[in-house]
Amino acid sequence: MALNFDENAPVLEIKDLNLSYWTRAGEIPAVIDFSLTVQKGESIGLVGESGCGKSTVAMAIMQYMGGNGSIKSGSIRFKGVELTELPPDELRTLRGSHISMIYQEPFAALNPSLTLGTQLKEVPMTHEGISDTEAHDRAAQVLADVRLPDPARVMAAYPHQISGGQQQRVVIAMALLSNPSLLLLDEPTTALDVTVEAGITKLIADISRKYGTSQIYISHNLGLILEVCDRVFVMYSGEVVEEGTINSLFTWPRHPYTHGLFGCIPLPTADKNAAPLRPIVGQLPLPHERPHGCNFGPRCKFFEDGRCDAKDVPMEPVAGTTSDHRVRCVRWREIDHSQDVAHGDAKDPMEIGDAVLAVEGMQKYYEVHDRSIKALLAGKSVMYVKANEQLNFDARRGETVAIVGESGCGKSTFAKVLMGLETATDGSIRHDGNDICKIPVRARSPQQIGSLQMVFQNPFDTLNPSHTIGTQIGRVIKKFGVETDKTKIRARVMELLDIVKLPRDFYIRRPRQLSGGQKQRIGIARAFAGNPSMVIADEPVSALDVSVAAAVTELLMEIQREHKTTLLFISHDLSVVRYLSDRIVVMYLGQIMERGTTEAIFAPPYHPYTEALLSAVPIADPEVTKREIVLEGNLPSALNPPQGCPFSTRCPRKVGTVCDDERPPVQMASDTHAIACHIPLEELARVEPVIVVPSEEERAHVAHQ
Amino acid sequence: MATIATVPAPGYGAALMNALRSFALLRESIVGMAGTALVLFWAILALGAPLFAPCDPNATLLAFAKPGTPIPIADACWSDTFILGTDNIGRDILSRIVWGARTVLTWAPIAAICAYAVGIVLGLAAGYYRGWIDDVLSGVSNIILAFPVLVLYILIIATFGASPLNIVFAVTFATGPLVMRIVRGLVLDLRNREYVAAAETRGETAWRIMLVEILPNARGPLIVDGCLRLGYVIITIGVLGFLGLGLPPPDPDWGGMINETRQMALAFPHMTVFPCIAISSLILGFNLMADGLREISLRD
Repeated sequence: MALNFDENAPVLEIKDLNLSYWTRAGEIPAVIDFSLTVQKGESIGLVGESGCGKSTVAMAIMQYMGGNGSIKSGSIRFKGVELTELPPDELRTLRGSHISMIYQEPFAALNPSLTLGTQLKEVPMTHEGISDTEAHDRAAQVLADVRLPDPARVMAAYPHQISGGQQQRVVIAMALLSNPSLLLLDEPTTALDVTVEAGITKLIADISRKYGTSQIYISHNLGLILEVCDRVFVMYSGEVVEEGTINSLFTWPRHPYTHGLFGCIPLPTADKNAAPLRPIVGQLPLPHERPHGCNFGPRCKFFEDGRCDAKDVPMEPVAGTTSDHRVRCVRWREIDHSQDVAHGDAKDPMEIGDAVLAVEGMQKYYEVHDRSIKALLAGKSVMYVKANEQLNFDARRGETVAIVGESGCGKSTFAKVLMGLETATDGSIRHDGNDICKIPVRARSPQQIGSLQMVFQNPFDTLNPSHTIGTQIGRVIKKFGVETDKTKIRARVMELLDIVKLPRDFYIRRPRQLSGGQKQRIGIARAFAGNPSMVIADEPVSALDVSVAAAVTELLMEIQREHKTTLLFISHDLSVVRYLSDRIVVMYLGQIMERGTTEAIFAPPYHPYTEALLSAVPIADPEVTKREIVLEGNLPSALNPPQGCPFSTRCPRKVGTVCDDERPPVQMASDTHAIACHIPLEELARVEPVIVVPSEEERAHVAHQ
Repeated sequence: MATIATVPAPGYGAALMNALRSFALLRESIVGMAGTALVLFWAILALGAPLFAPCDPNATLLAFAKPGTPIPIADACWSDTFILGTDNIGRDILSRIVWGARTVLTWAPIAAICAYAVGIVLGLAAGYYRGWIDDVLSGVSNIILAFPVLVLYILIIATFGASPLNIVFAVTFATGPLVMRIVRGLVLDLRNREYVAAAETRGETAWRIMLVEILPNARGPLIVDGCLRLGYVIITIGVLGFLGLGLPPPDPDWGGMINETRQMALAFPHMTVFPCIAISSLILGFNLMADGLREISLRD
């Protein structure tokens, strides 16, 4: 082909790029004044909240902007070749061979009706015209490189026959098949479980080293960027606000937005009482309502009238630090971030009262009917999915108890049983003194229902789009019998809106007029409408952006503090859990692996699964050291769990056949700390801590160097 | 509590304004506007039938008159000529078409609404409860749908006799299962939303969840389908009229008009062509309206 690459030029060079979308509302600038250079073998991180334009940049590099998007000005050069002027047929030879892209959802990136082998072979056969057998060998080789066991079996399989993590490995293999110079990764692990994510992240880092591939890694997660990238670009509302090497930017963030972001992340140093999160006030401006001058101006506490909103702010190099650190702020010289406390005001710890919830031997089995003739003949037509097995724990007034585990661990089933959407198979759940585990929700009294409410996960799904906010909250108040009089219900809705810090005129708004964070606040207001003694929060902030999530988390805890509510927090994210919970229950495949106070869980003795989970959580602090533990294999099916310890198939500390055959004993490390494992406690206690956080003195020492 | 007073309570006025506003969006689709114009044209003719029809639709005036023939009897009509001619027994075709519009635009919507009411209720139940209720309802509806529609209509009308109410019954019986299948599909998706789970966790009754939480969110596809379905019902009524199973004579009925004059279609094309145009344009109107609504709903 007629593509003349200059091998000495940078792999990618973007200069003064401006991208716009045209919609019914007119032109919407999506990316403004964007410049970026990627050298050979370099990994660049692009980080920002949703709507900041990071994915649009990736689309522009692929020259795939869709019908209503276009490049207004600027240049994108790939090894010296200007991409913006390339004709479609040359672009086609470029895409997928020289530049590859890996998307967020592997199951959507693979064609469900073709075998993985067919899809893999297609890449080199199209781009290099090699024979089928040659392509087959190459595909098998790359599959082995991405550490998929038994490549031959994977090649013959269809996408649905392998797990999500394996699918993403296949997608990565597909992207690597033509040995591209540049790899674009758009949130490649967001749809995966944490322990799987850790494996993929490690793989991506290894691959760029092995193949010398340059990468652009797009993510909302600063911790992940820290683990994979050399340099990082922070985007806000269509602009890069700060760029620099990982070390420089994470240690000395210069832009108030970057600095604010770190205040929103529950780092190991954050504490809900002593050092709470400090959310960024306000919300991201809509693309057609961006302010004059600095886009971050209206949310910035260093905002200065007449200077920050005067004119567009250019990127300026930061003198005196490592090279390549640039920031888009007119006041960066004057602001001393070291004087600025990275967390909010300290609060008194909550008083913990009597037990509100006591779970004893709770069990939930689902019956599954296999109607095949084979199963009928074998007499195995009824099978059981053991969603919850022998759950024991309690929660007290004013306390936050977290249930942690990956998808399929049974945490959502437990929430359903608590709420009465399902009834338990065995055991008891006492809430406010009554055993509720066998009472379906429609048989509970309004007071009972009202005192046990739930905040749901997905803000875009939690409110009914057809009804106004006022009617939806009002309905709850009426249903729980808090108020019956129309005007009183109305007044109570207004009070609730005040509590969740939303304007009162939201009463007449509809959900589609609200942002994700606002919707989640309404979800919280709805849960607290019946003055509950206990609220279950099922991943309430996992779908929200970092700065919004921090605000919602703080709000939730503030209301909890005022109402002395018990919070049952269900999550897969150990950093959030560490931040806000008093006690933690770690679940795997329907069983409790470990439970104890937050301090006990985060220090040895660990259950081997907890240990792996702790290692898997990315931490956005370059000075924190972590021991690397990557779990092999997949989560076993709940239909056919291992005979002995559920974790035995993936456990790196497996002692022998006893793990496969016998249920692990529950060992008490202290009154409140229980571990279900065959390994003796003394041995588990000798394990080194997974996460090591440097002390204040050590930090000061590093900063002075 | 001063702030409370500043927020107006949402009432039926607001709901009506919202409905009008979403309908006003149709302006953005040319196709939708054309369809609406056609439907409105027939709706106005039907409403003002006594005003717009020049003659008594059942009066025999002058047989086999071509369009433009002067009317022989003074004061029988307000026009001087038979604008669209007369049929084989001397009735004014224009008047019969105008009055026929009133018939079809009365009974077609009634039939469609009945079919929808039945389809929605059954579809909600099948999609929400699933299990054996779904099995039974889906099974019965599949049996009905497996029957050739025309045979079904002929059987029903032949058994119960030709009358407007029996047409409504026949249409409901044959179309209800189709609507049910659409509603069931929508409900199967919507019932998994978290707001439905939220309603369940506060102990709402099943019917309240179906009607208040789920049904309003299925309205988009249902409105589009409703427009199309209305067109099909008009065809059905036309076909039944053509087969002589429609409204009992002598009242004007477009399908019946075509049937009565089809043997003379070659010699006197105006007798069949004009009712045909009437039927097709009204159906076209509803179809274009559905297209327009769909086009708008697909945009952002």
